[in-house]
Amino acid sequence: MPAVSKGDGMRGLAVFISDIRNCKSKEAEIKRINKELANIRSKFKGDKALDGYSKKKYVCKLLFIFLLGHDIDFGHMEAVNLLSSNKYTEKQIGYLFISVLVNSNSELIRLINNAIKNDLSSRNPTFMCLALHCIANVGSREMAEAFAGEIPRILVAGDTMDSVKQSAALCLLRLYKTSPDLVLMGEWTSRVVHLLNDQHMGVVTAAISLITCLSQKNPDEFKTCVSLAVSRLSRIVSSASTDLQDYTYYFVPAPWLSCKLLRLLQCYPPPEDGAVKGRLVECLETILNKAQEPPKSKKVQHSNAKNAILFEAISLIIHYDSEPNLLVRACNQLGQFLQHRETNLRYLALESMCTLASSEFSHEAVKTHIETVINALKTERDVSVRQRAADLLYAMCDRSNAKQIVAEMLSYLETADYSIREEMVLKVAILAEKYAVDYSWYVDTILNLIRIAGDYVSEEVWYRVIQIVINRDDVQGYAAKTVFEALQAPACHENMVKVGGYILGEFGNLIAGDPRSSPLVQFNLLHSKFHLCSVPTRALLLSAYIKFINLFPETKSTIQEVLRSDSQIRNSDVELQQRAVEYLKLSSIASTDVLATVLEEMPPFPERESSILAKLKKKKGPGAVSVNELEEGKREAGELNGGGERGGDSSAISTPSPSADLLGLRAGHPVTAAAPSAGSLLVDVFSETGFIHYGRLMLLIFLRTHERTITKPVPFLAVPACLSASHTLLSLALRFVCKNNGVLFENQLLQIGIKSEYRQNLGRIYLFYGNKTSVQFVTFTTTLNVQSKPVEPLIEGGAQVQQVINIECLTDFSDAPLLNIKFRYGGALQNLTLKLPVTINKFFQPTEMASHDFFQRWKQLSQPQQEAQKIFKASHAMDTEVLKAKLLGLGMALLENVDPNPENFVCAGVIQSKAQQVGSLLRLEPNAQAQMYRLTVRSSKDTVSKRLCELLAEQF
Amino acid sequence: MPHLLGFYLPRQGKLRLQKWYVPLSDKEKKKITRELVQTVLARKPKMCSFLEWRDLKIVYKRYASLYFCCAIEDQDNELITLEIIHRYVELLDKYFGSVCELDIIFNFEKAYFILDEFLLGGEAQETSKKNVLKAIEQADLLQEVRSLATA
Repeated sequence: MPAVSKGDGMRGLAVFISDIRNCKSKEAEIKRINKELANIRSKFKGDKALDGYSKKKYVCKLLFIFLLGHDIDFGHMEAVNLLSSNKYTEKQIGYLFISVLVNSNSELIRLINNAIKNDLSSRNPTFMCLALHCIANVGSREMAEAFAGEIPRILVAGDTMDSVKQSAALCLLRLYKTSPDLVLMGEWTSRVVHLLNDQHMGVVTAAISLITCLSQKNPDEFKTCVSLAVSRLSRIVSSASTDLQDYTYYFVPAPWLSCKLLRLLQCYPPPEDGAVKGRLVECLETILNKAQEPPKSKKVQHSNAKNAILFEAISLIIHYDSEPNLLVRACNQLGQFLQHRETNLRYLALESMCTLASSEFSHEAVKTHIETVINALKTERDVSVRQRAADLLYAMCDRSNAKQIVAEMLSYLETADYSIREEMVLKVAILAEKYAVDYSWYVDTILNLIRIAGDYVSEEVWYRVIQIVINRDDVQGYAAKTVFEALQAPACHENMVKVGGYILGEFGNLIAGDPRSSPLVQFNLLHSKFHLCSVPTRALLLSAYIKFINLFPETKSTIQEVLRSDSQIRNSDVELQQRAVEYLKLSSIASTDVLATVLEEMPPFPERESSILAKLKKKKGPGAVSVNELEEGKREAGELNGGGERGGDSSAISTPSPSADLLGLRAGHPVTAAAPSAGSLLVDVFSETGFIHYGRLMLLIFLRTHERTITKPVPFLAVPACLSASHTLLSLALRFVCKNNGVLFENQLLQIGIKSEYRQNLGRIYLFYGNKTSVQFVTFTTTLNVQSKPVEPLIEGGAQVQQVINIECLTDFSDAPLLNIKFRYGGALQNLTLKLPVTINKFFQPTEMASHDFFQRWKQLSQPQQEAQKIFKASHAMDTEVLKAKLLGLGMALLENVDPNPENFVCAGVIQSKAQQVGSLLRLEPNAQAQMYRLTVRSSKDTVSKRLCELLAEQF
Repeated sequence: MPHLLGFYLPRQGKLRLQKWYVPLSDKEKKKITRELVQTVLARKPKMCSFLEWRDLKIVYKRYASLYFCCAIEDQDNELITLEIIHRYVELLDKYFGSVCELDIIFNFEKAYFILDEFLLGGEAQETSKKNVLKAIEQADLLQEVRSLATA
């Protein structure tokens, strides 16, 4: 064909493009473009009506400018005008502009749709095709609304030209993808399916894309396409290379159509009809056979087209997963490609084999290629190919070859590209765990992993090895010995220090018999790494040290010295400082028994999904792992992780909350769950202090003393002195039902201030112990109910010490925790017991609702036990504003305009506890004349109604 | 189905033609283009023609100074996509008669028209070279007839 007359006479356009190309700089280009834009704008605005040719030329220039990457904000109207031109090229440029620069301007869309409508009904096939192309390119919802009904008719009409049918099919596909609800095939279904039989190959090629998409969504309606597709495929596969004339591509008959047919069949299970199935199997065999024939051309296009069909056929074979013979043949074919000189083929063979590896029929056959794949991992020059090889090794791994594959992957890791290291590390960790027969191998592998690629070992990986070591007592001694040896290396990765610290802290005693790894040697080894580590690791090491004190009393003085050193106890990092202070006190105050309880060996971790698998899942890496494999891995991981037989144990003891990481090291977990039986309230001990096991402590306590010396004591309040050796001030707590801050207690010596905050089911209480005297308080201790834990034992005269208590509401409760305070003041023992003002209403979440909703819910809570009622005498003045303030302080939403009687108050809220949420409604009816109240509380839990009623009756 | 098709010069990384088959904002398109140009230009010769990119697969091939590049979905066939690129190049070559970059610059609208005849909505509409060119020829003819008629 001769070269086309350039620009069809649009000389202006050619000149403009040349000018742009001649621009020496970006600035010059912009200048030229702005000049042109100004010119076009003035032409469009000018009085003189432009002829079609000029309009076309300017619209085309605008398009060119847009495609260069500049914004265009005018010219749309002129482009729309071109659509209704009866000159083909003008129309064509108009459509192109609209396709590239659609504008959601509704006025324009209406005009565009009008023009399209005219062209569709013009019966001129070239115009119809232009209109259809435009719809397919824009594919907007507005267009679907306008044309989704019309196009199926065009598609199946007997007198429609082939080229129009082709455009109509793909146009409909595009509309179906944007607005499936608007494209209804209904009565057309069967005729559309029969397009597979059309004589014109182009029509079949276009229609099959539509049919495939529709089949995926409505497989039943379209299932007749299976037999039609098989017979079409059969005809193509058995045709001679010249039969299909122009649809033969480099001696391969209809490669695009063949691939699409094979793709369509993958939407369905194997054909049930024996004859159809037989014919299909024949096709697949023929395709496999052809792969063995000598090529008909040396051109790469020939082999690509041929192999495209082959890979699609293999996909179908894998999809069916029911023909062992074909699966094995497919595998052998891919095996040949593994050593092909074309990189593309090696890549695709590795990728395809990954899916074959998961079929039970071909798994063994895939495994025979292990050496080739390992070789690919070592020698491929393209990282994306090596990545595929690593994926395949992962997929073909089983018990029989795990050691070899893991070893190869480990050695590859030493030189692996940075981009894939993290994923490789995860895969090695998973395989090592999944196929561990003996756990010493597992431990060795993970430690090697940390040695080789420590930077890429995520938290999940080293958490997991610790979980497993804790849960398997047969490997603990070996693990301790191995980490001890690994830590001997002069430069070892910080992750190694973490694992080492944790494991020696737990199981160092198992190797302490050997003088080469005596307690002090172990401690010195760990401590030699301390100063090179980051804060979280140091924090972990401090916890290991306190564990050492429990394991090896002989190390106590050495470790206390370390803890006492300025670099610890005055560390600028608050976490480290706090640990040093707390551990030092713990080790010096607590008795051996208490120490042994608090620092007991960690209990087995509950069975749960491997955190590593979860991470890999999230990554959803290329060829990562199929869902099945993951599930399998999960099962096996569960087994390994302590299994069901230990499940009973773990429910009785503290279980880390699922959101908490296994060491509780991450910040932001102020509260850890306690044993469910331990009571309704929980305050965690040593929150964030690492692997101190505190599950067996009955109830509360925490231990965070931030010593903060306040130079000016809190101003005193004149309160009647009540100083006696011991007294109980339980009722004081009731003052705090409706407020959160204030003075909890005060006498001549001591003032205790309280500040508390609650969010959902969590709370935090700050207690401020102020020494009002000028003499120090010594042996100052506070005890919460059952458990005691020292605060800073000295409070200087005039100073204040702060204590923080973290609280989680597990379920509803009625008894507040008791706080016992003892200290010596000038030799006399002082003893106080206070009720902490923690009441159930603190965990209210206010709920706003309208009158209608309120009464509907009120009625729903009509069972007698859900309601609690009290009638009582007012103990304070019945001031509306005061009542309102109190009710608001209660934490519920005070609902206005709900109760028909404006004197009454109604409130609604939900109590947030870990176990459940308890919705509660309240109604308070004051009777001013009688100075009485009637209080009614309804909630979904009887104990809550009762408790709320009791609490509130004291408040008014 | 391809998400987009584009080709560009290696050194300037200038996009000569782009066709998007999924609706995206201009901003997103520019971002993707930039990222893609970088990724593909970083590939060395002899490397595999496929690569993973975000959750898509990129199939690319270089013809003289131009890179042709397709983004396809996970289940799509890489090799047949490679031949889609080749067939398009053949169509351009046949139409312009030994196509060169300048043809595509000066007749960019023709490059788009040919593409629309060959691929529509990202799917192959007509794979026969003869049929595609016949459609374009007819259009050209129509144009000449009209030009004559109005002359």
